[in-house]
Amino acid sequence: MLAREAHLRKNSLDKDVEMAPTRDGYGMGLVELGEKNDQVVVLCADLSESTRTSKFRDRWPERFVQMGIAEQNMATVAVGLALQGKIPFAATYAVFCPGRNWDQIRVSACYNMVNVNFAGAHSGISVGPDGATHQALEDIAITRVLPNMTVLAPCDMEETRKATLAAADIKGPVYLRFTRSASPVFTSENTIFKVGKAQIFRRGDDAAIVAAGPIVHIAMLAADQLVEKGISCRVINSPSIKPLDEETIERAARECGAVVVGEEHQQAGGLGGAVAELLAKTRPVPIEFVGMPDSFGESGEPEQLMSKYGMDVTGIIKSVRKAVKRKM
Amino acid sequence: MERLMKLKDLRRMANTVRQDIIEMLTAAGSGHSAGPLDLADIATALYFNVLDNIDPKNPDKPDRDRLYISCGHTNPVWYAVMARAGYFPVEELKTLRKLGSRLQGHLDRLTLPGLESSAGSLGQGLSIGSGSALAAAMDNVRYHTYVVTSDGEHDEGSTWEAVQFAGHYKLKYLTNIIDRNNIQIDGNTEDIMTKEPLRDRYEAFGWHVIEVDGHNIEHFIDACKEARAIIESPVCIIAHTVAGKGVDFMEYDYRWHGAPPGKLETERTPPKDKQMEEALKQLRMPDGKN
Ligand SMILES: Cc1ncc(C[n+]2csc(CCOP(=O)(O)OP(=O)(O)O)c2C)c(N)n1
Ligand SMILES: [Mg+2]
Repeated sequence: MLAREAHLRKNSLDKDVEMAPTRDGYGMGLVELGEKNDQVVVLCADLSESTRTSKFRDRWPERFVQMGIAEQNMATVAVGLALQGKIPFAATYAVFCPGRNWDQIRVSACYNMVNVNFAGAHSGISVGPDGATHQALEDIAITRVLPNMTVLAPCDMEETRKATLAAADIKGPVYLRFTRSASPVFTSENTIFKVGKAQIFRRGDDAAIVAAGPIVHIAMLAADQLVEKGISCRVINSPSIKPLDEETIERAARECGAVVVGEEHQQAGGLGGAVAELLAKTRPVPIEFVGMPDSFGESGEPEQLMSKYGMDVTGIIKSVRKAVKRKM
Repeated sequence: MERLMKLKDLRRMANTVRQDIIEMLTAAGSGHSAGPLDLADIATALYFNVLDNIDPKNPDKPDRDRLYISCGHTNPVWYAVMARAGYFPVEELKTLRKLGSRLQGHLDRLTLPGLESSAGSLGQGLSIGSGSALAAAMDNVRYHTYVVTSDGEHDEGSTWEAVQFAGHYKLKYLTNIIDRNNIQIDGNTEDIMTKEPLRDRYEAFGWHVIEVDGHNIEHFIDACKEARAIIESPVCIIAHTVAGKGVDFMEYDYRWHGAPPGKLETERTPPKDKQMEEALKQLRMPDGKN
């Protein structure tokens, strides 16, 4: 049953749902921020169309910094700007930021505790034809272990817009992750987004699916189909991977007794790791992981890859049934 | 802050700072000797003469010149000079590297007010300084950004990304001071990885380059004045220094990069337990090694 307080769009599970990549929300969010606050500056490493920072660049060229293909320098120049009170947003592909410049992020941004907002576009397997080198499947793992860091992986364009706005107000560094291909825009303007908060999108108490990114929508579809199999699934959207909404997730484990985590990321180290760490301490229940099984991606159409690696409706259903079966 | 205008006073201060370095490193029992000792003249000149609008009692003054230390391992000299300038009590120098100390083994901005940035991973400071200079340009304010880099960290690709960036944007009021002491950890710089022609490399990226004897305080201050007068491009001051300057058994010897007094014996050193004493004696000689 859809959770009414989530304020999802009416057609959120229908075929005619609006489709747009989450990165579009980043472009929109940056423009909104640019209008509100003249301290916001945007840096990009030769990927301003891909990252949608071009929208900001076209409006405020004087507040846009073209960095060239130099991600390490981008991260640390952003730190220098932030130390003077600017609110920098630095974007490129996630494989390069935080992939290439992790040390800069660790020491200069996190240890300095400055508000630099890093954005990784093209995360996940749904990057598609570009293949393994461009599919960031480790970025959550390497950012969420950093002290002072906030890690956000929004589920659709609208939520990405809100996450971008929220990032500007966070005191320390932030990593925002988005995806390349169009995915359903199923949350509405009224859907609440709060750093450190997860939202229940669907009620249920046989199993809980905790997910982040566009895969949340796939989890909703899977939950729908599971009703026929007599399994009622709670679907929890957890865009705030760090800080994690421990309360909501722990309660789900308590009330449902089995958890499935879904993300376009390695099964190790990402949201799955975060949930497992939490529940191991507080409420051990069976957990199944939907994500990359310790392998690199490959070229293919996004849907082909999602289903090959089990990040589709079928894969999620399988994992839910497995988790439920493991309940004593 | 009151500037020291007389060369004699600046030299005396640099000498005091060197003694502080020897004492604090010995007390710590670990840390870096060579770089900090050779940077003492430059650090003293910066804090006591060059930097504009700095105030130890109000370290966040908006119009202050910014100083970014990129080579975080040279922290002892910066701690010593900051203590002498009044940022914190001189007695606190003894706490270097100890549990709970504000004087961390590498620079920590959040624990020690007055530091512009944490540092310890080489090859990042020039980018941060470039961001600082860029912010000044965007806001049309006039503070000057100084960065101190080491020669060793010019092996890092990221350093050259910053050189390229600052050159491309012709960032003004940005000065990179390179401690050209010819050593890094494993050996002399040109044996480990060629740095030369360092001047030509910077010039090729559009920087204005000044070379100076990094132990001649007068010339160094003049170089900084020249740097402030250049507004067409960023400026690089290659400061030629003698690693371990001021303590004869440490000078020119890369093995002192990461060793404190009392922890390394070479063919040139007194026995370990006499090293601190001997170093201080040399530094205290009237007009001695300085
Ligand atoms: C990115 C990075 N790589 C390696 C190190 C380890 N390291 C610390 S100092 C140093 C040698 C650097 O040479 P230089 O900065 O010229 O040192 P100095 O002249 O003070 O001896 C190295 C390799 C580091 N701190 N950061
Ligand atoms: Mg050196």
